[in-house]
Amino acid sequence: MTTKLGYAVALVLLLIAPFFLYPVLLMKFLCFALFACAFNLILGFGGLLSFGHAAFFGGAAYITGHAIKVWGLPTELGLLAGAAAAGIMGLAAGMLAIRRQGIYFAMITLALAQMAYFLFISAPFTGGENGLQGVPRGTLLGMVDLQDNMAMYYFTLAIFLAAFWLIARTVHSPFGQVLRAIRDNEPRAVSLGYDVDRYKLQAFVLSATLAGLAGALKTVVFQLASLTDAHWHMSGEVVLMTLLGGVGTIAGPAVGAGIIVALQNLLASGPLSAWVPVVLGVIFVICVLSFRRGVIGELRAFIQKSF
Amino acid sequence: MSEEHILVTDGLSKDFLGFTAVDNVTLKVRTGDIHALIGPNGAGKTTVFNLLTKVHQPTRGTMTYDGRDITRAKPAQIARMGMVRSFQISAVFPHMTALENVRVSLQRELGTSFHFWRSEKSLRVLDERAMELLTMVGLERYAETEVHEMAYGRKRALEIATTLAQEPKLMLLDEPTQGMGREDVQRITELIREVAKSRTVLMVEHNLGVVSALCDRITVLQRGAILTEGTYEEVSSDPRVKEAYMGRAA
Ligand SMILES: Nc1ncnc2c1ncn2[C@@H]1O[C@H](COP(=O)(O)OP(=O)(O)OP(=O)(O)O)[C@@H](O)[C@H]1O
Ligand SMILES: [Mg+2]
Repeated sequence: MTTKLGYAVALVLLLIAPFFLYPVLLMKFLCFALFACAFNLILGFGGLLSFGHAAFFGGAAYITGHAIKVWGLPTELGLLAGAAAAGIMGLAAGMLAIRRQGIYFAMITLALAQMAYFLFISAPFTGGENGLQGVPRGTLLGMVDLQDNMAMYYFTLAIFLAAFWLIARTVHSPFGQVLRAIRDNEPRAVSLGYDVDRYKLQAFVLSATLAGLAGALKTVVFQLASLTDAHWHMSGEVVLMTLLGGVGTIAGPAVGAGIIVALQNLLASGPLSAWVPVVLGVIFVICVLSFRRGVIGELRAFIQKSF
Repeated sequence: MSEEHILVTDGLSKDFLGFTAVDNVTLKVRTGDIHALIGPNGAGKTTVFNLLTKVHQPTRGTMTYDGRDITRAKPAQIARMGMVRSFQISAVFPHMTALENVRVSLQRELGTSFHFWRSEKSLRVLDERAMELLTMVGLERYAETEVHEMAYGRKRALEIATTLAQEPKLMLLDEPTQGMGREDVQRITELIREVAKSRTVLMVEHNLGVVSALCDRITVLQRGAILTEGTYEEVSSDPRVKEAYMGRAA
């Protein structure tokens, strides 16, 4: 009940927000919210800490930029191409990493993401240090001009909502039930006949694909794909957003992304601008020490306690 | 398909860093029997189960189940072939309800377990069967309880329901009544007798009352090796068996 109400309020806020706040900032938030929710699918629901999700985000950003700018694909197809490429990267990385547990899984994903990063630095299609600039936003179905920020905002919102719905559905699906069982007691899941590696791999590929969609969308919004998107800082930032908002909750990572994007934006113009990473670091430490379940996790526990 | 022996191990051995936990075990479990594996603590009973269900690879020896060599099979594959186990230390899904625990075991047969786009409401067709199984182990009142809140004995009972949900041909039970009150032991004993009418059961059990009430054949393990085998009368009158147990107690 409270959850439904919460979603309804959030939806209304998202619909009216661009009349009060700068749409590009809101779109940045939506892209990172999608990225964090996708990441949470593997961390929160698959129980695996990937430290290389920037490779999917950044990889898709480049593919989409290239597909739209150089191949001249329509925007919708460009986005799909980016997401699909991230899914394929996820499949390859997942097949190498999925058998590992805990810290080894994190290390392999980090190593693979670093490999991808060096590839992006040297490959010709990424534009190296300059990145891919001036990617045209194009039109939606050849009719709506996405150069208009309002149109672009609602397009971004629609994609975000669809992906968010898919993630929520995945968590509450037959597949999601098996994932829960695996996270709860893996040896028991094996003894009931589940090939747990295949389930984890599917979760990883889904997570990578949707992280890619987030990166692809980001390219279209900012008309830019750059090395920043694929840097390991980005992998760390998405971990931070997810933990801050509430790992293993459906909406938490989006809230965490909102907090981080808002802070970055507020601090960037003030006297603390050089200290943004430090401030984020301090917040992270406070969060880990005092409310481990994250914003949404703590809120949920509070509501459960008081009713 | 109707082999005389559903499970045969030949010279099965397992070494852990030079220590032989299972030593040249040749075990034959007759189809339809309730077969007990007993022996003092540390005799290697659980390790035999771990070898059968591929948690460990055997160091030497072979295993044949249902006429097929399973020495190199994969763990999940064993379960799909109909050999399903319960664990000595209760193995449940603690953050799911009792009903969900059983349902996730039933779910595999629907063939939708990879479907991430389908609603979990589609699993409700299994609820009736899941309730039946919970009722069999006396847990119908706890269907909606999250399992980490349940008492230990009830978790053990739930694990049996979850195992039964797989409709195993060969059910491996590792000390199913351990940690249960007397009434529950009674109930589980009756339940095992009932479900064993249509399947084979291999069980590790310390409660000799349960063993004598249920088991057709008994294998006694000591320090990893088979000490003797026979009916309850044969085994319980064997002086070496008494010594094996006494020797530990002294
Ligand atoms: N993974 C392992 N690594 C090393 N040693 C092991 C391992 N598993 C079991 N052992 C050893 O093998 C021996 C047999 O253990 P096992 O658990 O099979 O005994 P058990 O007959 O089931 O005993 P209990 O009645 O106490 O359950 C013990 O000495 C144990 O310490
Ligand atoms: Mg044991």
